[in-house]
Amino acid sequence: MTTTTHTRTAALALGDDALVLSHRLGEWMGHAPVLEEEVALGNIALDLLGQARILLSMAGDEDELAYLREERAFRNLQLVEQPNGDFAHTIVRQLYFSTYQHLLYGRLAATEGPFAGLAAKAVKEVAYHRDHAEQWTLRLGDGTEESHGRTQVACTALWRFTGEMFRPVDGLGLDPAELEPAWLESVRGVLKRAGLAVPEGPRTGAWSAGAGREGLHTESFGRMLAEMQHLHRSHPGASW
Amino acid sequence: MATAAAHQTARTQPHTGQSGGAADDEAFARVFDATVAADERIEPRDWMPDAYRATLVRQIAQHAHSEIIGMQPEANWITRAPSLRRKAILMAKVQDEAGHGLYLYSAAETLGASREELLDKLHSGRQKYSSIFNYPTLTWADVGAIGWLVDGAAITNQVPLCRCSYGPYARAMVRVCKEESFHQRQGYELLLALSRGTPEQHAMAQDAVDRWWWPSLMMFGPPDDESAHSAQSMAWKIKRHSNDELRRRFVDICVPQAASLGLTLPDPDLKWNEERGHHDFGAIDWTEFKEVLKGNGPCNEQRITQRRRAHDEGAWVREAAAAYAAKHSSGTEVEQA
Amino acid sequence: MTNTDWPLWEVFVRSRRGLSHTHAGSLHAPDAEFALRNARDLYTRRGEGVSIWVVPSSAVTASSPDEKDPFFEPSADKPYRHPTFYEIPEGVKHL
Repeated sequence: MTTTTHTRTAALALGDDALVLSHRLGEWMGHAPVLEEEVALGNIALDLLGQARILLSMAGDEDELAYLREERAFRNLQLVEQPNGDFAHTIVRQLYFSTYQHLLYGRLAATEGPFAGLAAKAVKEVAYHRDHAEQWTLRLGDGTEESHGRTQVACTALWRFTGEMFRPVDGLGLDPAELEPAWLESVRGVLKRAGLAVPEGPRTGAWSAGAGREGLHTESFGRMLAEMQHLHRSHPGASW
Repeated sequence: MATAAAHQTARTQPHTGQSGGAADDEAFARVFDATVAADERIEPRDWMPDAYRATLVRQIAQHAHSEIIGMQPEANWITRAPSLRRKAILMAKVQDEAGHGLYLYSAAETLGASREELLDKLHSGRQKYSSIFNYPTLTWADVGAIGWLVDGAAITNQVPLCRCSYGPYARAMVRVCKEESFHQRQGYELLLALSRGTPEQHAMAQDAVDRWWWPSLMMFGPPDDESAHSAQSMAWKIKRHSNDELRRRFVDICVPQAASLGLTLPDPDLKWNEERGHHDFGAIDWTEFKEVLKGNGPCNEQRITQRRRAHDEGAWVREAAAAYAAKHSSGTEVEQA
Repeated sequence: MTNTDWPLWEVFVRSRRGLSHTHAGSLHAPDAEFALRNARDLYTRRGEGVSIWVVPSSAVTASSPDEKDPFFEPSADKPYRHPTFYEIPEGVKHL
């Protein structure tokens, strides 16, 4: 099967999103607020890693791509690379991203493009991720004063990273901008039900975040990659 | 307190309308002994001797604690796993360990010990976990050595527990053992890849086996003549084989496996004894074992600190969910899917 | 609100269509929705189920051990309720 350059670009974008978010969620293991959540976050991280492996394999060798690219060559959204922060940050990051990913895969599954097969399988996984994030957002937003405060901070802090999700991706076969109204409606709805204020800050523009797809990342991403790639790079050519 | 009606113990027999006298207790004890003797299972609401209950709670709690503390040394490598395949395997394994912890805490709850109470005992050092997890994972090969040796030793210990006299514990162990089978294999395969890899990788694998071999043998506990709880546990069929018996079995299994790996076990005295039909092996350093048990191992402090921190930092999350449930509860709603 | 001790739930899993829900174990969750989700994560990680029930453990009423006799003895002396009670000549099929 020949994969066009365009498809490769899109596969990298989606694959890097999944890989990087999976890695971040993996950082939770052994640190989750309750044992049941170790298992839940682990499930989500494993689903995403599975998606990443399929997508990266469409673009080349999964390990070469994951372990041997420099920071500027990664195409993931800045949202997914944001550090875990507290549990509220992680949940809001999940809410923003999984809502987008669910809408995206739902659409891709209905196309005849190269991502239809993957999307048809992944959309079911992501539906669960979205549900998990929504359920937690409701509980944290409408739980205690402390949980409400923390979650509101997280909603606002991560808001600026959400505009980038709807920028065009070469080779994707659809314009992500079409997903934006549904995303806004859904996220606003969840935040309102949780008693959280919908952030009003900027989501797009040269001064906001929004260049992960072009290989411009945030400071913590370099450290994340250093940790992720160190062992693999220390043994060039070795098999594991 | 969330002790369930179904989990309430038979110690307080409400339906008899009278406090069970000594005669009743004797009758109950006879039924208990007969049940154990017939190799049948004791179930949560059966009468059981207090000491049997206490032994089980202690053992199941220690086992559950070991699963969740045991996540740490391996999770230490999730973010550095050298291939995506290995990363997926390792995450699935660490996640399984959280799950196994949950099965076991759930078994302990049937004896009236709540998870909150057991975690509190773990965090305050009043209950222990397996000492093996007080050793550090220094290189990637340690992930393999843990899978092969530590999980291997654990499985040797656990398979007989699937026939333990206490039903919920035995059932939890059936589930755990079924899931553990991949844990040991992935460790062995990981080491094999290293052993057959570059000279640096091979050295890494050998170094890990050198460091994990003796602590793995200590996992079977002190020698039979020094084991405080063994005899009674065997009589109650909580325990099915002695520490030394299981240790011998483990050594016999590992020797040929090490040979196939192309790695050596760090014991010059290790050799086949035709007469005994087992391998002879060198003396175990029980001083080290006792020191680690006392809290003086390389990672005791670190492991319990991380566990406590995760628990403390998660308190606001658990409180939030409980507060939300209280606000939105509509009585005793039972949901189905 | 300082209660962090989530209630206990009993989990029943239907392993595949055609079978009834079977008790799988228990877990803690703040409410029914999360009990279901946690049960899915914990007890069906390897595709062990197609449907899950969760019940608050406190809602379970159990027979007690020495009610065992009146509860269960009667059926024990009705062996004719069991197919193995009946002798069928060898070779007779579909019975």
